[in-house]
Amino acid sequence: MRRWLPGLLLVTPSIIAIAVFVYGMLGWNFRLAMTDKHDEVSEGSFVGLENFVTLWDQKRWGISVDHAIVFTVVFVFGALLLGWLLALLMEKGIRGEGTFRAIYLFPMAISFVATGVVWRWLMNSAQGERAVGLNRLLDGLGLGSFQWGWFRDPDWGMAAMAVPAIWQMSGYVMALFLAGFRGVPEELREAARVDGCTEWGVYRHIVLPLLRPVTLSALIILGHISLKVFDLIVAVSGKQIITDVPAVFMWVAVFDSHDPAKGATIASYIVLAVSVFVIPYLVWTLRRERRS
Amino acid sequence: MRRQWMAAVAVTMAGLLTLSACGGGGGDGGGGGAPQSPQADARKKVEVFSWWTGPGEADGLKAMREIFEKQNTGLEFFDAAVAGGSGDKARALLATKLQADTPPDTFQGHAGAELQGYIKAGDLEPVNFLYDELKLRDVFPQQLIDQISVQGQIYSVPVNIHRSNVMWFNPAVLKEAGVTEVPATIEEFVAALEKVKKAGKIPLSIGSEWTMVHLLESVLLGSLGTDAYNRLWTAGSDWSGPAMTKALNDFKTILSYAGDPADDWQPAAKQVADGQAAFNIMGDWAYGYFHNPPDGGLGKTSKTDFDWAPSPGTGGTFMWLSDSFTLPKGAPNRDGAVAWLKVAASKEGQDAFNPKKGSIPARKDADSGLYTDYLADALKDWGSDKLAGSIQHGVVANDAWRAAINEAVGIFHADKDVAALQSSLAEAAKSSGQ
Repeated sequence: MRRWLPGLLLVTPSIIAIAVFVYGMLGWNFRLAMTDKHDEVSEGSFVGLENFVTLWDQKRWGISVDHAIVFTVVFVFGALLLGWLLALLMEKGIRGEGTFRAIYLFPMAISFVATGVVWRWLMNSAQGERAVGLNRLLDGLGLGSFQWGWFRDPDWGMAAMAVPAIWQMSGYVMALFLAGFRGVPEELREAARVDGCTEWGVYRHIVLPLLRPVTLSALIILGHISLKVFDLIVAVSGKQIITDVPAVFMWVAVFDSHDPAKGATIASYIVLAVSVFVIPYLVWTLRRERRS
Repeated sequence: MRRQWMAAVAVTMAGLLTLSACGGGGGDGGGGGAPQSPQADARKKVEVFSWWTGPGEADGLKAMREIFEKQNTGLEFFDAAVAGGSGDKARALLATKLQADTPPDTFQGHAGAELQGYIKAGDLEPVNFLYDELKLRDVFPQQLIDQISVQGQIYSVPVNIHRSNVMWFNPAVLKEAGVTEVPATIEEFVAALEKVKKAGKIPLSIGSEWTMVHLLESVLLGSLGTDAYNRLWTAGSDWSGPAMTKALNDFKTILSYAGDPADDWQPAAKQVADGQAAFNIMGDWAYGYFHNPPDGGLGKTSKTDFDWAPSPGTGGTFMWLSDSFTLPKGAPNRDGAVAWLKVAASKEGQDAFNPKKGSIPARKDADSGLYTDYLADALKDWGSDKLAGSIQHGVVANDAWRAAINEAVGIFHADKDVAALQSSLAEAAKSSGQ
C-alpha cells in the first residue's frame, strides 16, 4: 500500500469541511458582494465591483475605517510595548515568576465580551461628583483633572477603546516574548559582555534582533484580531457611531438595514484587510522554512 | 503497515459516524424521552417567540400564558424568548430562522412598518379571518388597524399600546431651579432647561444613541405639529423644507442641554429619579422602571419623586407603538398559533398582560379599573388624542429607513451639523423604498 494514503484519508474530512465551510463561504460572500441584492427578497443580479466603490461614498464607512485604524495602531503598539516590558521584567529574574506569569496571562482566558462588560463600567464617562469607575479612581488619587470621557470622547474615544484590548492581550504577548528571550543562547550574551557591551547594549544589539520573528508573529496575531474586532466594541458601547468599526457596521447593514449585499461588501473588505497582514507573513515563513 | 492502515480507516469512519449522529440528534430537542412520536409532540407544542425577559414584561407574558394553558389543555406553551432590551438580538435570530424556513409558531413584532419587511418577504400569513371571527375591527382603533394592514390584509394582532412622547421630570429639581410650570411648548422647554442648567443640575438626561433618536421623534412631533409629522411618512413628505430645518435646530438646541450620555435608557431615567437631572424624554415603559418595587424597578412614588407630561409641544397627541403577534407562513403548529393569537386578542388576555407589563391594552373595551396612576392617564389619552406613530419603535419607518435615521443622528451627535443631518434624513426618506 502507498505510504501517503492513510494520512490523506485521515485529513480528508477536515479538508472537505474547511473547503466548504471556510473557502466555500468566503467565495459565496464575495459573490454576494458583487450583486445588487439590497434586500432579503430580491434575487440580485451581477453588478461587479459597484458595491465596493459606492461604500466609500458613505460617511459612516469613512468613520468606521478611521476608527479601525486608530484602534489598531494603539492596540498593537500598546500590547507589544507592554508585553515586551512585562517579559523583560520576568527575564531579569523576578521572585515568584510563575505566579506573576499566571496573573499576567490570565486575562487571555476571559472572553472579550466579559472584559467589555467590566470595562464598560470602568470607562464610564461621568465626571466630577457623578464619576464612577476609573474617573472616580482618578478623582480619589487627586488627579481629577485627568478625568475624561473615555470611549465617548469624540477625538480619542477609539484610543480608549483599545485599553481593555491591551489589558487582555499584553499577557499573551509577554508569554511570546519570554519564550523568545529564553531562546537566546546565554553564550551569545556572555560573548557580548566580554567584548565590553553594556547590559542595555546586549539587548539592543543581540537580543532584540534575535526576537524579530517573535515580534512579527505577535504583530500578525494582534493585527488580525484588531481589524475584525466586534465583540469588545459591542460589549462596551453597543452599536453606536462614536465607536463604529467595520465589523459593527456589517452587523447593522445585515440585521438592521436588511441589506445583504452591503454587509457582504463590508465583510469582504475586512477579509482583504486581514489578508494584507496574514499573506506576507505566510510567504515570509514559507521562504524561511525552505531556506533552513 | 497493514495494521496502521486499518486503524486510519477505523478512525475516519468513527469520525464520520459521530458527525452524522450529531446531525440527526439536533432536530427534536425538548422531546424529553416521552414515548410519543416527534410529530405528536410538534402538534402539541406552541413556540411563542418574543424578547420579553425583563421584569414586568416577563410577568405579563406569564399571566397571558396561564390563560392560554387553561383554555387549551391539549397544547403546550413553549417560551422562546430571547433576552435583550429593544429586541435587537431576538430580531437577528428571528431573521435567520425565517430565512431558513424554520419559523416559530408565532412571534412578537412592533406593529406597523417594522412588520412590512416580513410581509414583503412573504413570511407572514394574513389574519383577516381572526378579525372577522372575533369582530376585532370593532374593538381596535381604526388608525391602528390601518397601520398593520397592507392592501386590505391585516398581518398581526396587537396586544398592547405604549406611549413614546412622554416627558418625565423631577418636581423637586424643577422647584429648586425656579421652574414653576411644566413646559408645554418647545420654547418653554428650552427656557426651563436653561434655568435648570443655571441651578447646577443636569437639564436633560440622555442614554445611548437610540435614546437620541427617541428624543428626535418627540421633538419633530412637537415642532412640526401632528399633521405635518404624519405626512412625513406618506408620499407627500417634505424633509428638506424650512419647517424641518427649524425642527432640527430645535433638536440641536435641546440636545445641547443634555448631560453625559448614560449607558442606556435606565441609567438616564434614574438620574431623574435620583434628583441629579430634571428632565428625561422616554417611552412609558419608564413608568414601570420608576414605580415597580426594587429589583425590577426603583420603588419611587409617582407625582412626588417623579412626574410626567406629554413631551413639549405634543399635548393632545399620542405617539404610539404596539407589540403584536403574527402568524408566520409554514408555522409547524398553525392551530396552536391561532389559539395563542385568540388569547392575545381577547379582553381577558390583554387585561392580564398589560397592568404587569406597564402598558395599556389596544382594545377599547378593556377594564379601565385595572389601570391606575400613570396608566389611567394613558388610557384616557389613548381614547381621545390624535395619533402619531413612533420612528424608533418601528411604527412609521421600515427597518432600513430606521437604520438610516439612526446613522444620521449618530453622525450628527459627533459633528452637530444640522444641514448635513437634514440632507441625510431627506436622502434616507427618498431611498427607503417604503
